[in-house]
Amino acid sequence: MTAARTHRLLPALNHASMILFAAVLAVFGFLSPKFFTIPNLTNILVQSSSTAIVAIGMTFVLLTAGVDLSVGAIMFVAAAVAGKMVLGGAPLWLALLVILLVGLTFGAINAFFIVRLRIIAFIVTLATLYLGRGFALWFTETRAMNLPPGFLAIGTDTLLGIPLPVLIFAVVLTVAHVVLTCTPFGRQIYAVGQDVEGARKAGINTGRILAAVYLISGFCAAVGGILALAQLGAVSPTFGTNKEFAAIAAAALGGTSLFGGRGHVFPGTVLGAVLIQSIENGLVILNADPYLYPLITSGIIFLAVLTDSLRSALLAKLAQRKIRVEEAR
Amino acid sequence: MIEFRTISKSFSGVRVLRDANFAVPSGHTLGLVGENGAGKSTLMNILGGNLPPDAGQMLLNGQLYAPRNPHDAARHGIAFIHQELNLFANLSIAENIFLTAFPRRGRLPFIGRAEMRKKTVALLEQVSLKLSPDTLIERLSAGERQLVEIAKALSIDARLIILDEPTTSLSAREAEILFALMGRLRARGLSMIFISHTLGDVRRLCDDIVVLRDGEVVGAAPCAEFTPERMITLMVGRSLNQLYPARKQRKDAQHSGVSAERRHRECAPNTALSRDAATEQNLIILEARHLTQPGIIRDVSFSLARGEVLGVSGLMGAGRSELARILFGLDPCEGGEVFLDGVSLTRTTPRRRIERGLAFLTENRRAEGLCLEAAIADNLALVSLRQQARPPLGLLDFAALRRAVGSIREAVRLTPTARDGQAVKTLSGGNQQKVVLAKWLLAKPRALILDEPTRGIDVGARFEIYQLIHELADGGAGVLVISSEIEELIGICDRILVMSHGEIRDELKRETFDRERILRAALHDPMKP
Repeated sequence: MTAARTHRLLPALNHASMILFAAVLAVFGFLSPKFFTIPNLTNILVQSSSTAIVAIGMTFVLLTAGVDLSVGAIMFVAAAVAGKMVLGGAPLWLALLVILLVGLTFGAINAFFIVRLRIIAFIVTLATLYLGRGFALWFTETRAMNLPPGFLAIGTDTLLGIPLPVLIFAVVLTVAHVVLTCTPFGRQIYAVGQDVEGARKAGINTGRILAAVYLISGFCAAVGGILALAQLGAVSPTFGTNKEFAAIAAAALGGTSLFGGRGHVFPGTVLGAVLIQSIENGLVILNADPYLYPLITSGIIFLAVLTDSLRSALLAKLAQRKIRVEEAR
Repeated sequence: MIEFRTISKSFSGVRVLRDANFAVPSGHTLGLVGENGAGKSTLMNILGGNLPPDAGQMLLNGQLYAPRNPHDAARHGIAFIHQELNLFANLSIAENIFLTAFPRRGRLPFIGRAEMRKKTVALLEQVSLKLSPDTLIERLSAGERQLVEIAKALSIDARLIILDEPTTSLSAREAEILFALMGRLRARGLSMIFISHTLGDVRRLCDDIVVLRDGEVVGAAPCAEFTPERMITLMVGRSLNQLYPARKQRKDAQHSGVSAERRHRECAPNTALSRDAATEQNLIILEARHLTQPGIIRDVSFSLARGEVLGVSGLMGAGRSELARILFGLDPCEGGEVFLDGVSLTRTTPRRRIERGLAFLTENRRAEGLCLEAAIADNLALVSLRQQARPPLGLLDFAALRRAVGSIREAVRLTPTARDGQAVKTLSGGNQQKVVLAKWLLAKPRALILDEPTRGIDVGARFEIYQLIHELADGGAGVLVISSEIEELIGICDRILVMSHGEIRDELKRETFDRERILRAALHDPMKP
C-alpha cells in the first residue's frame, strides 16, 4: 500500500516547480484581476529576463558542482563600464562589445584560478566578487550615473511586438538549452558534474569544460547586467548586489542540484527565475508591504527545496532493488 | 600484441613495479594475478595511459607505445574497464558509450541522436543486453553496467580490453553471462587482460597467466602450467598450508559446551532441530523470528549461538546485505522480531543495538565502514568513544584511549609500520578491513554481523581475518558471516544458511557442507516451482 502511495506522489514531486508555479499564478490571479493581463504577464517576463539570464549561466556552473558568486559583481562592473563609455560619447555597439568582453574576462580569471591553480570555486569567486565590486566602485567614484535614452531603448524597444529583453532572454535560453541537451559539450558538462575524476579517466578534457562554464557564466552575467541597466536606467553603488543569490535561488527552485550533474535550464532554472519575479509582481499588485517580499519568497524557496528533498528520498526508495516480486494486490 | 619491457614505477620513493617483462599475444586472454599492492593496477594504469612509467617501454604490435592519456590509449585500441565502473549514472547508456566521441550531425556541432541510437542498439546486441539506448545508467544493475562498459570498449574498436576484477559486484549468473561474452570476444580475436582474485575463474578463462608479487613478475606461463596452489604460492612467496585456519576449539566444544549447535551435532545429529529450550535460551545470542519486509525479505528466522560462526550464502541480490541492515536496525522491517540475548530489539536504533552488543561490518568498507581521510587511531576509537569519556564533564581520557587503540592494534595484527596518526586511506585493503574489525572489537560486541569481510583482500590478509573471526567465536561471541564465496563459508563456518530471493532456502551443518547443494539452493527460482 505504501508503495502505491509512493507512486502516486512521485509525478507531483517530479514536477514540483511546475505545480508551485501554477499555484502561485492561480493564487495571484484569484486575488487580483489585473494579474492575468497580457501587459502584466509581459511585464513579469521583462523584469525577470535579467535574473533569468544570469541564472542560466549559473546553471552551467552548478551542473559541474561549482558555484559562481561573482556574477552580481560582474553585472556591476559591466554596468559601470557601459555607463562611463556611453556618457563619454562612445557608440552603443562598442560599449556593448566591451561589456561582453568584461564578462568573459572575469570568467577567465575565475577559470584560471579554479582550473589551473585548483582553488575551490567558492573561494575564488568570492574573491572576484570583492575584486569586481571594488573595481567598479573605484571606477564610478561611488557616484550614481544616469544613462541617456539611447541606452534605455534596449529595455523598452520591441521587435515584432516582443519586448527586446524578452527576445534576448529567449535567444540566450534557446542557445543554452540546445548546448546542454544536444551537443557533446553539454552532455560532457553533466558527466563532469557527476564525477570529475571519472570524466577525466574517460578521456574528457575536464579542465576545458570547467573553464568554459565559468566563461559562460561571466558572459551571461554581463548580458544580464546590460538588461538590468537598460531597465533601471542608472548605475548605483548597489547595482547587482545579491544577484548571485537570486540566480542560485532560481536554479535551485527549478530543480538544479547544487551537487552537480542534475538540472535543466528549461523548464527548470527559467521557471524558477520567472516564479520568483511573479511572486514579487503579484505582491506589488496586491499592495503588500514591501518588507514582506523577501519573507514570502524565502518561504516559497523553502517549500521548493523541501519538495526536492522529498522527491530525492522517494526516488532513492523506488530505485532500491526489489529482491522479491510480491504478488500483486 | 602488447609487450612490456622492463617497466618500473615508484611512488614517492616506494618501488611498486620492478622490471616487469611479459607479453600478451594477439587473441590471447591473459590472467593477471597477485596480492593487493602487487602492482597489477599500477601496471594496468600505465598500459591504459593513466600513468607514465619511470623506466622501460611498451610495444604495441612491434611499435613503441607510450600513451599520453586514457584517450590516447583508446585511440590505440586499448580499453580499460576499471573495477569501479566509470559510468555516469545521470546519463543514458548511449551517452555513456559515446561520451568522448559523439556522432555528429554532419558538420554541425550537434549530437546525431538517431545515429547514436542505432549504433548503441547494435553494440548492446553484441553484449546481449536487451535495453533501450536511452535508459539511464542509474536504472541498471551492476552486471548490466559491466556489459555497458564492454559495449563501450567495443565502440572504440578495442583490440585489447583490460578487465580489472570485473566480477566483484556481479551475481554468479551475471558473471556467467560476462564469461560467455569474454569467450565470444576471444573467438573474435580480441586480446584481454583479466585481473581477478578468483583463481578458478582465471584458470578457466585465460590462455596465459602472469603472477605479480611486490611489483615483480614471479611467474609467467601458459595456464596449463598453473594450479591454484602454485599461483597462491607464487603470490604470497611462501607456501600456505591451507587457505583456512583450523578452528582451535572446535574439537573440544563438547566439553566446554560453547555451542548448542555443535553439541547437538556431535551428540544427536538427527534431532538437531528439536533443541532443548533451556539450553537454547542460555546459548542463543541473536535470534530473528519471521522477519518480513515486502519486496526485500520474507519470513526469515534463524538463531545464532555463543561461539558460533554462522554463514549466510546466496547470490548477489538474494537479500543478504538487506537482512544484515534490518538486523542492525538500519532499514525498516514490517513484520517479525529480532532478539539479542532474549530481549526484543524491535524499534530500537542502531546506536541502542551497538550499546547492547551488536556490531556490523558493512560490505562497503571504503564508503560506509571508514573515514578514509581520518587517522587510524581516530577510526579505531569511533564506535567506543563514549566508553572512554569520563564524568563529570564527559571529556575523553586520551591515555586510556591510546592504550585501548594500542592493544586492539596488536590484537588484530595491524601492520606495525603504520603510525596511529596515519590516514586510513594509505593502508592496503586488508589492513583497512582490520581497522574496521578492530573498531568494532573495542566496543566488545557479543554478536557480529560481517558482510563480505574479505572482499578485495589478498590471500595473506584473508587468512588473518579468518583467524580473527575464529578467535572472536572462541571468545564466546556469535559471528554471522555473509559471503558470496561458498568456499570461504565452508572454510570458516559451523553452519551455513542459504538465501535466495529474500528467503532462507536451506540450512547446512558442518558435516553436511556441500558446495553443490548450497549453489542449488542459492539458484532456486521461486517463479519456477
